[in-house]
Amino acid sequence: MRGGFIVLAAALALGACGGAASNEVTLLNVSYDPTRELYEEFNAAFTASYKTPDGKTVKISMSHGGSGKQARTVIDGIDAQVVTLALQNDIDVIARESGKIPADWRTKLPDNSSPYTSTIVFMVRKGNPKAILDWSDLARPGVSVVTPNPKTSGGARWNYLAAWGYAARQFGGDEAKIREFVASIYRNVAKLDSGARGATTTFTNQGTGDVLITWENEAYYTLTELEQGAFELIYPSLSIKAEPPVAVVPGNARKDGQLQAAEDYLRYLYAPEGQRIVAKHFYRPIDPSAADPADIARFREIEMLSIDDPVFGGWDQAQPKHFDAGGLFDQIYQPAR
Amino acid sequence: MTEATANTIRINKPRQAIGEGPRTRFALIAIALVFLALMLIAPLVVVFFEAFSRGLGVYIDALAMPDTMSALQLTLLVAAIAVPANLVFGVAASWAIAKFDFKGKSFLLTLIDLPFAVSPVVSGLVFVLLFGANSVLGPWLADMGIQVLFAVPGIVIATIFITFPFVARELIPLMQQQGSSEEEAAVSLGAGGWRTFFLVTLPNVKWGLLYGVLLCNARAMGEFGAVSVVSGHIRGQTNTLPLHIEILYNDNKAAAAFAVASLLAMLALVTLAVKTMLEARFAGSLAAQRRH
Amino acid sequence: MTAAAPDGARRTSWRRRSVLPGFNLTLGYTLAYLSLIVLIPLAALAIRSASLGWTEFWAIATDPRIVASLQLSFGAAILAALVNTVFGVIVAWVLVRYRFPGRRWLDAAVDLPFALPTAVAGIALATLYAPNGPFGAFLEGVFGVKVGFTSLGVVVALIFVGLPFVVRTVQPVLEEIDRETEEVSATLGAGRLRTVTRVIMPGLLPAILTGFALSFARGVGEYGSVIFIANNLPFQSEIAPLLIVIKLEEHNYAGATAIATIMLVISFAMLFVINLLQAWSRKWFGHD
Repeated sequence: MRGGFIVLAAALALGACGGAASNEVTLLNVSYDPTRELYEEFNAAFTASYKTPDGKTVKISMSHGGSGKQARTVIDGIDAQVVTLALQNDIDVIARESGKIPADWRTKLPDNSSPYTSTIVFMVRKGNPKAILDWSDLARPGVSVVTPNPKTSGGARWNYLAAWGYAARQFGGDEAKIREFVASIYRNVAKLDSGARGATTTFTNQGTGDVLITWENEAYYTLTELEQGAFELIYPSLSIKAEPPVAVVPGNARKDGQLQAAEDYLRYLYAPEGQRIVAKHFYRPIDPSAADPADIARFREIEMLSIDDPVFGGWDQAQPKHFDAGGLFDQIYQPAR
Repeated sequence: MTEATANTIRINKPRQAIGEGPRTRFALIAIALVFLALMLIAPLVVVFFEAFSRGLGVYIDALAMPDTMSALQLTLLVAAIAVPANLVFGVAASWAIAKFDFKGKSFLLTLIDLPFAVSPVVSGLVFVLLFGANSVLGPWLADMGIQVLFAVPGIVIATIFITFPFVARELIPLMQQQGSSEEEAAVSLGAGGWRTFFLVTLPNVKWGLLYGVLLCNARAMGEFGAVSVVSGHIRGQTNTLPLHIEILYNDNKAAAAFAVASLLAMLALVTLAVKTMLEARFAGSLAAQRRH
Repeated sequence: MTAAAPDGARRTSWRRRSVLPGFNLTLGYTLAYLSLIVLIPLAALAIRSASLGWTEFWAIATDPRIVASLQLSFGAAILAALVNTVFGVIVAWVLVRYRFPGRRWLDAAVDLPFALPTAVAGIALATLYAPNGPFGAFLEGVFGVKVGFTSLGVVVALIFVGLPFVVRTVQPVLEEIDRETEEVSATLGAGRLRTVTRVIMPGLLPAILTGFALSFARGVGEYGSVIFIANNLPFQSEIAPLLIVIKLEEHNYAGATAIATIMLVISFAMLFVINLLQAWSRKWFGHD
């Protein structure tokens, strides 16, 4: 009779102790969707050179997915010591709802804890058959748009806000017109994936949509890694400066050495080698001096709004107004039929 | 009765009268062959074809990847816990149900079948609701420092749920069919319960038992939907082989995804081979009715 | 069941006496394990669902996107089960009645969908039926039909996972069918087609219906193979289990729970129907 319960107890115990070797500190970095390749290389570089003060090596595990969804798994209890998400609000929510991150986490690292930035661009099919050059082309009837789900993805929220910012300038702050413009873009959306990488796959592999709204880094990744010449990158006239932040989760750094290793890990992102790897994977580094000039030359200087621009009012205003349940996005979005 | 029928046929030899013409026969065989070839064999062939499409080097690299090795280990661990757990349950349930008469038996049978009828995704959701941060158990477990969701225990429990009926469903009809007179004789001759079970019942049902274990194991190692919901997708830690395949596939590493898939396809082929062998040898002692 | 109790055994209130030991132990363990693994977790879902309240539940249940996903899940499952019924009966017939080279192999292959993980089937089917895959290119070139990354892809995946159910429920019944009645029918001058449709099929009907229902039930809940071959567009190719995952990722537990509850209720109804069919079949035809 007891057999099954013993088995269950054993399984629970196994999960509790994790089974890490004692001369190794393990960290889990819960990240957003397009950073897969970045952290693969960055983790290898960090773990190769780093030892904790008492001489232990570090092993880093990754989990990737839409930023909002990942924040939820941290709140739901995933054992992450480090979060590297797509936008500030997702870490704020973890801090607020779980208490595992201090409220002043942004002050712990330079540049508001964002070691790299990016912006939002368009990907179109070879030859740009629908002549998509700017946000207004996305609102045209008959254009099929792919962008992820703002409820689960961080990139998707940057995409939405970039469109909003463009419309705000076009219509001089007339909110009814801005709403209608953004709504007409989302009427054209064929599919909302849960993360940026999923949206890329939908656009590239499954052939859905005329245009993909995505991260600049994800667009360059697609151009270089996938089928050469099948897609083109379009910079809109106005975009948004996306600042993906990073933070240690002290509430989950219970084991010896985890807190120190997690802090050193994130600081390494700001080190010359970290910044070089960041630029290599198409993220805009804070300090371009160590990066390969060829990597830096890619980034086009375009006009970018900031989330702190009055049109958005920072994440504290933008998140509830646009993305929380019953917010503007919920009012606007009706899936295309 | 079957013997009598066979005799009648042999005596009267009216085979043509009750068979189809050669053309119909040929057409039906052709339809069955083509349908199964297109629907079942082609996907299997594609797995191996794509796995080796980039050459043996890529294939071996994909299997030797640390993430693949840890996914394999996790998959084996999960099956090693889930299958014995459901084996013990299956034996206990079939003993109670097949050897005794009691009220509510058919209701109990329906309850045992429940996990077959529940979508894998719903099975996963149920455990998120049970162990998540805003559940009753979640905060308590967190205080105890026990990780269930997004960790190995959650994956094990979801897999046990999904594979719950497999052994029981195979054993119950078989043990019902065999009745309990042999066991009663053993007990009346003074044998104890355990002795009776191991020396009388088990030899009678061992092939059916093995068959159930085999199917339970195949499903435990291959489960995707339920495990996907509770896993948290931590590379190298909470990805089972099927989840690892999904990640590779979505990372545009199709050849690697198929290489890992070929491992599971081989598992499937071994399962089918052992099953076919068992059926050929022990046709009589396997349950006639198969439901999964 | 063979009567276990000797004559004159007293009936206790709810179970018949038996000389065999272990009833309390095994039934107790069965009930405890069943409750722990299945009933309590499912009860958690039911409680969460009940806490939604009828108005909120109804608002979610009638959301057009959710309705569309349920329609697709059930519609595609019915279509796939129908295809499986037709071909499954043919396959079972061929396996039971004819002897030809490779029959054993064919028989073994039928169980492949039970043994092959759904994710593996999913990526294999997606590769075959993608617009540039061998089957996909052929179907689009010759018939102009797109299968991969459309709702038709959902049906193909569900045919794959549901196929063995029909074959494996019809096959044993067909093996046991009394051939004498066929002879009688033939001797009385009925044509072969008439004998098959009027004499054999009615006997097979419960098994065919059970196979259909099992194939359907499996298809409704299927997730792993479908998400790879469909492009998962709302209102077009988004199945209900996927929508549960999406709601969960949006942290919309109410939405996920409501869809899950609807699916669960319908699945239970299916299970009930299947058990009725089997009871009916046992009563009429004396086999399971």
